[in-house]
Amino acid sequence: MKLDPKRYEGMVRRASPPSPVGKDCLWAFLAGGGICLLGEGLRQLFLRWYDPSMAGTLASIALIFLSAVCTALGWYQKLAARAGAGTLVPITGFANSVVSPAIEFKAEGWVTGVGARIFGIAGPVLAYGTAASAVWGALYWLLGKVG
Amino acid sequence: MNYLWAFVVGGALCVAGQLLIDYTSLSPARILTGYVVAGVVLSAAGVYKPLADFAGAGASVPLLGFGHLLAQGVRQAVDACGLPGIFTGGLTAASGGIAASLLFALGAALVSKSRDQN
Amino acid sequence: MFERPPVIAAWAAVGGKKESEGPLAEGFDLLIQDAAFPEEGCANWEQAESLLQQKAVEACLRKARVSPKAVDLALAGDLQAQCTASNYTMRALGIPFAGVYGACSTMAETLCLAAALTAGGMARQTLALTSSHFCAAERQFRTPLDYGAKRTPTAQWTATAAGACLLRGSGQQGVPVLSATFGRVQDYAVRDINNMGAAMMPAAASTLLRYFAATGTSPADFDAVFTGDLGEVGSALLCEQMEREGVPLPNHRDCGCLLYDGKTQDVQAGGSGPGCSAAVLGSHILPRLQAGAYRRVLFVATGALMSQTTFLQGESIPGVAHCVELGGENGI
Repeated sequence: MKLDPKRYEGMVRRASPPSPVGKDCLWAFLAGGGICLLGEGLRQLFLRWYDPSMAGTLASIALIFLSAVCTALGWYQKLAARAGAGTLVPITGFANSVVSPAIEFKAEGWVTGVGARIFGIAGPVLAYGTAASAVWGALYWLLGKVG
Repeated sequence: MNYLWAFVVGGALCVAGQLLIDYTSLSPARILTGYVVAGVVLSAAGVYKPLADFAGAGASVPLLGFGHLLAQGVRQAVDACGLPGIFTGGLTAASGGIAASLLFALGAALVSKSRDQN
Repeated sequence: MFERPPVIAAWAAVGGKKESEGPLAEGFDLLIQDAAFPEEGCANWEQAESLLQQKAVEACLRKARVSPKAVDLALAGDLQAQCTASNYTMRALGIPFAGVYGACSTMAETLCLAAALTAGGMARQTLALTSSHFCAAERQFRTPLDYGAKRTPTAQWTATAAGACLLRGSGQQGVPVLSATFGRVQDYAVRDINNMGAAMMPAAASTLLRYFAATGTSPADFDAVFTGDLGEVGSALLCEQMEREGVPLPNHRDCGCLLYDGKTQDVQAGGSGPGCSAAVLGSHILPRLQAGAYRRVLFVATGALMSQTTFLQGESIPGVAHCVELGGENGI
């Protein structure tokens, strides 16, 4: 056959339609901005009763709750099919990545399915986030000793 | 004005993620992980705190804010109790979000079942 | 090439909701609006796929007016790990069974094997069947169904469908299987799991070129050349490559592009999964051959032979394509 992998790579690149970047970004901006706007509204609401740090945490928890509800109803997936990073990057996307495997793998049992797979997608986020924060903590401690 | 900046900054951070998806072959899982690590780095560099003060939820809701939370927590714990703070600070600060995700996930698994995407 | 070609005496195609909204809906024997089979007490998507397969077998055997006991052998496969959908279908039916794995090429692979065994007199009545279920495939290969993710434009949609064919020896009523060509595995270093059409195209091209060279035929000798599951991207690549080889394919159609309406159904580059080509074969190609609208066609189903593990380990995606030559009811 008159084909080699290198040449084929170019052929494939030409034949594959590009992502509609403009449309994708508009969706991401509106959906992501909208979720943050909702978060800000919730934060302002909680600020009436709590200090800023607690209000921020509670706003996040409220968003996580809403995300869990939308995920369980199958709405989050439908929105994300259009919004892309707009629903991936906010904390609601993190919640969706925990809730969806919990629902999906119920068929394999509560411990071996739900429990084992619940951090299947979010696990790396926690692992490397914690690792990065520990590295920063060690640096900060050293800086304190030196300074 | 708080609301406007929350919308614009939050939206812009999502657009950055979308550009990464469209122009690189990074999978969503890698982008999430990258965002959290980047949040830790930006927070450590002192860049994220001013943004968070300025944009409120626009900076704290995207996963960069989760990284910022981890970094701040570690810093406060190291201030309070020295080296052991490296282990306790990060997850203590992020515990609300993680525990909420887990609990609501278990609740959702209890009441819901996997459904077709049609 | 079969001197005494066996025939496909009966066939059936079963599909789900999305397939029922597609352009081939009319040709299906059964369309299921809720492919979770709640009324049958189905507990999970793996069982659902098995039920889908059973419905296809039942419809096929009903049309042929034979009972499962009268079938000598069933060759079946699917996408699930260890081919469990087929295994559990056969547990219910009790037909002597050999499992076959060819990913999306399974329909052509089982047809080739069944035709050879039947033509050789090893079996009088042989079933060839396969299935795929969108939900079972998603949870095994991609992400949970409720996980929010945007598909890339080159991605393909796994069909919720099953197809079954019953083969009998030469001279009986049915659509003759004139020849069977097994493909060689081809790998042109495509690593993008969201661009399977591109990964499988070289396999289709290689099998077609070998077939045309060995038989001295050209695409013009056929009413149509059907490939399975290349989708929009892979189809464009195939036509480009065949043109370069000096064997243009003006009468090429792709099962992945036929099963759904690409403009309105939001399936990105088209359909995929073993059930896709099986359903197109049973709902579109065989009925037309029987009616005489087609006299001679090639059915080339392509499969991508990677696994989740090899993909994560950075291996490229090898493809394979098997070719079946089908002739009209009254011979050529």
